[in-house]
Amino acid sequence: MRVSNEQVTPPASSPGASALSGTGPADGPAGGEAVRLTDVSKVYGTGRAELLALDSISLTVADGEFVCIIGASGCGKSTLLNLVAGLDQPTSGQVDTSGRKVGLMFQEPALFPWLTAGRNVELALQAQGVPRAVRRAQTTELLEAVRLGGFGDKRPHELSGGMRQRVALARALAQNADVLLMDEPFGALDAMTRDLLHDELERICTERTLTVLFVTHNVREAARLGDRVVLLSSRPGRIIDEYTLPRAGHRRIDSPEVSQVAASLTDRLREEMGRHDY
Amino acid sequence: MTTNQALRGLDNLELRSPQGGPEHARLARKAWAVAWPKLAAIVLVLAVWELITLTGWKKLVLKGPGPVFSDLWHQMHHGMLWATIGWTLRSAVTGYFVALIIGSLVGLLVARIPPLRAAVGSIITGLQTMPSVAWAPFAIVLFGENSSAILFVVIMGAAPSIANGLITGVDYTPPLLLRAGKTMGLHGFALYRYLILPASLPAYVAGMKQGWAFAWRSLMAAELFIAIIGQVSLGQQLDADMSVQDFAGVSSVIIVILVIGIIVDTIFTKADLALRRRRGLLDPAAAS
Repeated sequence: MRVSNEQVTPPASSPGASALSGTGPADGPAGGEAVRLTDVSKVYGTGRAELLALDSISLTVADGEFVCIIGASGCGKSTLLNLVAGLDQPTSGQVDTSGRKVGLMFQEPALFPWLTAGRNVELALQAQGVPRAVRRAQTTELLEAVRLGGFGDKRPHELSGGMRQRVALARALAQNADVLLMDEPFGALDAMTRDLLHDELERICTERTLTVLFVTHNVREAARLGDRVVLLSSRPGRIIDEYTLPRAGHRRIDSPEVSQVAASLTDRLREEMGRHDY
Repeated sequence: MTTNQALRGLDNLELRSPQGGPEHARLARKAWAVAWPKLAAIVLVLAVWELITLTGWKKLVLKGPGPVFSDLWHQMHHGMLWATIGWTLRSAVTGYFVALIIGSLVGLLVARIPPLRAAVGSIITGLQTMPSVAWAPFAIVLFGENSSAILFVVIMGAAPSIANGLITGVDYTPPLLLRAGKTMGLHGFALYRYLILPASLPAYVAGMKQGWAFAWRSLMAAELFIAIIGQVSLGQQLDADMSVQDFAGVSSVIIVILVIGIIVDTIFTKADLALRRRRGLLDPAAAS
């Protein structure tokens, strides 16, 4: 695949407006919209301690799309995911997932340390009301999907960081989610492991036609994985740019195409951070 | 598939390899490592005790290890020692289990219901610091001089610690796990059953351990204070030996009380260790 400068297309108009219009790249061939944020703002605290975390975010994610959200610290990336997951309510605006199930993954695996890897996955199935008789088989199948077949009896602390994060992925998949929200899921892993997990995530998403909203501060990761990369500004969090990357099969993280996209993302982010140089 | 192979290779590299060495030799070394400091401590205590006796300090009251252990031996084979221990342990176990039930229920309710917490949270902490033998006169008025009065004192000693342990555990459930549990679809009873209670278990066990310590000391105080006709107990034995100035007997009862306390405490410590090991909370380098 080749990504030339022309193919990296920052939208001409205000990105918020283009996403709102609904005619942008968000409307993929699948047609459906998995996630729709309309003019979402989130304010924390009141009075003098008031903090505008998100400011009029409008974003549509099509079914099966992989959208990376990137931005400096304090841009409200995690707040955004919490809103989509329904763990928090927006101060104004609407979050619509059209009844789709949403799974959430964090930077830490957040596995229950008193359960084995298998039981961690199984509990998610149980919470979904999957009958006991089929749970065992589904657990095995999910662990195999993240290439951890045979590790079901291990406890989280007996696994490496990358393996734990894969168990967390299996658990998120067990929630039978159509939309996977990932909050810097590979941020705490070493580059080698992260690289392999990118391949795995890509494979799993394709196999299961998952819609992914992936938060990261790693531009290469965004360029490697995303169909679309959304740049957020900091304090308040606003969409400042969107890049649509052509989906042309597997990209390597060390390929010139990814490097090129990463470089232009970095430039744009630096420009944005420069605004805060007061 | 190359990704698969690479991933498996990486997994194998990152997992700790099992330690070698023959099993029985390893076990023997481990047993010795655990046993020798305890043996050394016992020998040291006996030696100091014997030395003090040899100096003749308070020699009417202070008997040496020799007379005391021969008294203990005699009690074990000819006296009422086992019956006495039996009665006392029965009170301890009954009182402790009632305290466990009451403490757990109160703890759970207080942890769950904020207004209740505001109302009784500090009272529980207050009760925990209060020496429960202070309840003894009140218990006698309430129940008379019988085993109910003793149980009351034991329960008042143990239940606050158990309740507080559970409350602490619920409070300290990691917020990240709560978020994970909620996205997973756990709520209401299931959230408690599968997340909050298991997460609270270490603090709960710590509370149970402390509760036992309080129960045991409350029981001893209560038995000294409350005499029940027709029933022997370690506290009453201590009182009786004291009144006939049988100081070897007094010493041997003290040893029995100490040993029972240590044995039960060891059980709790083992449970706590097993729990922490299962959750990977033990430093593998420190835990031999």
